[in-house]
Amino acid sequence: MSKFPKILSIIFCSLLCATPVLASKLNLGREATKAEIKAWDIDVRPDGQGLPEGKGTVEKGEQVFSEQCAACHGDFGEGVDRWPVLAGGLGTIKGDDPVKTVGSYWPYASTVFDYIYRAMPFGNAQSLSPDEVYAVTAYILHLNEIVKEDFELSKKNFTSIKMPNEKNFFADPRPDTPTMKKKKPCMENCKKKVKITKRARVINVTPDQNKNSTSKE
Amino acid sequence: MTKKLNTPELSRRALLKSAAAGGVTLAATATGVTEATAAQALEKETKENPITTKQDWNQVLGDGVDANPYGKPSEYEKNVIRRSVPWLTASPESSINFTPLHELDGIITPNGLCFERHHAGIAEVDPSEHRLMINGLVDKPLVFTMEDLKRFPRTNKIYFLECAANSGMEWRGAQLNGCQFTHGMIHCVNYTGVLLKDILAEAGLKTNAKWLMPEGADASGMNRSIPIEKALKDCMVAFKMNGEALRPEQGYPIRLVIPGWEGNMWVKWLRRIEVGDMPWHAREETSKYTDLMENGKARRFTWEMDCKSIITNPSPQAPITHGKGHTVLTGLAWSGRGKVDRVDITLDGGKNWQKARIDGPSLDKALHRFYFEFEWDGRPLLLQSRAIDETGYVQPTKDELREVRGTNSIYHNNGIQTWHVNAKGDAENVEIS
Ligand code: HEC
Repeated sequence: MSKFPKILSIIFCSLLCATPVLASKLNLGREATKAEIKAWDIDVRPDGQGLPEGKGTVEKGEQVFSEQCAACHGDFGEGVDRWPVLAGGLGTIKGDDPVKTVGSYWPYASTVFDYIYRAMPFGNAQSLSPDEVYAVTAYILHLNEIVKEDFELSKKNFTSIKMPNEKNFFADPRPDTPTMKKKKPCMENCKKKVKITKRARVINVTPDQNKNSTSKE
Repeated sequence: MTKKLNTPELSRRALLKSAAAGGVTLAATATGVTEATAAQALEKETKENPITTKQDWNQVLGDGVDANPYGKPSEYEKNVIRRSVPWLTASPESSINFTPLHELDGIITPNGLCFERHHAGIAEVDPSEHRLMINGLVDKPLVFTMEDLKRFPRTNKIYFLECAANSGMEWRGAQLNGCQFTHGMIHCVNYTGVLLKDILAEAGLKTNAKWLMPEGADASGMNRSIPIEKALKDCMVAFKMNGEALRPEQGYPIRLVIPGWEGNMWVKWLRRIEVGDMPWHAREETSKYTDLMENGKARRFTWEMDCKSIITNPSPQAPITHGKGHTVLTGLAWSGRGKVDRVDITLDGGKNWQKARIDGPSLDKALHRFYFEFEWDGRPLLLQSRAIDETGYVQPTKDELREVRGTNSIYHNNGIQTWHVNAKGDAENVEIS
């Protein structure tokens, strides 16, 4: 108990009073082995925690990418059909049609590693070696003009990579619209005129639900 | 039910049945409604009256027990299904479908109708091979079997789960014509499971434990960062929904429950929770699930689901088919910050509002069902609902949201929805001044 943070011991104290049986450990589960933790603990954080030993060059990454990723993401990360775009979009984030990519939007390079290592290639996840993930991450960073063509990414130099859009993220400021404290909602004679400004039928992108298309004209 | 009258391929018998089910048809006729469908129905009804005509089921034996060891809905309910919008995503394994809100009532979503969102398809997990690992900043890293988990004290809670992208297609204007598509990324079920804090206590949290990273066993290895305060407050590891095992598409055998917070965090097929001292900034909390503002800055860790409501009937998929007269309007309201205190309804596009009636249980971070009964005079309607939660948060208009957030933020669109109902009773998704 002495090792619990304060908040947990307070909760436990109140539980202790009400239901003593919960206060002590239940002795459920068993200790995880080192090999088990190693097998599953694949996450990587911005400070580099979790990075496996290894390294990979942009050049090697291009080879992995063209073999295992380009079919969906395009040779240069431009995205085939509706598959995700991984590169480009620099300078579009402020505009009307933002293209969010690793280079234009992602705040941390560690996210690229963490995500590819756990989830890509789509349909054959967790099949790449650490060296291949370093290499393909280096290649995606290169496509986004974050590292040079001759760059080799490694566990050692990983945290030196800074992403251009990192500074543009901020904490959730909601509620960001008026609450009852500021403004009681109007109930009567709230406006004089009402006009329809937009219609879904004009856009006409709703799937045809043939069997219950009850909303006929 | 009378809406099936419009459906050509239905049998004569089904037609009669639906006319009978909507007893309103008869009543409405008595009050002088001249709607073509109502008149047709009455004509058929007098020729082949469902009371004076014997039905098959009045005379013939039906199926015996065990005809369906796991029961299923009536064949007349075959339109009550989840639906997707194929053009939204590149592949069905990384996609979403929608709960048919307009077909449901009360506050509980049936298990087979809870919307699905997968990032690498549905993992078919063998529960005997499933383990939950707790590692990181703990005194002793632990592994639990399903049997172990079921030996913790259990709790039952009804919570809504809403995808942060619900209504996300509507940021730039009315687009999808139906509440299933505009608001169907939500469900509300009764979870049975154990409190996360009890599981963490078994492993023993170190004093610098500040964040958790739950991770899924599916091929996307879904991972998110959760602050420890929330985890110790009310999070659950659930293994049952509405009394039965979680459905595979909802994370069988276990999923995380994070009351009031965006659905993406409720990691399905939960296999590991790492305890750490800082957030991970995983792909789903950087590339996705961050809210881009007009000035190029982006909000992160926008976990809470704001207070929101939707009129489910009438709506584009559920028009008024009985003509003018007594009409039941119904819908759903919810808030990630607690209970819903009040729902207001307008029939005239916001000129005048009246309080709706919340019926059924009013539970913390659960769906609330509201009704508003009125005499429809047959004139076009501009319907809106506005929910207010127990913290005093008032559901904003879409324009109020756009004023502060612009139109690029994709997530957390809880703006007031407008349905235009024309004189025939058909409804359309519109926006108004
Ligand atoms: C079969 C098609 C396919 C292949 C091959 C593929 N991906 Fe993907 N990739 C996807 C899909 C689909 C997603 C989005 C998954 C989701 O919905 O969560 C994605 C997402 C990503 C993302 C995140 C994009 C974003 O904006 O959030 C990265 C990075 C990525 N893939 C890298 C790779 C790499 C590296 C490879 C090769 C080793 C690869 N992918 C192979 C289909 C593919």
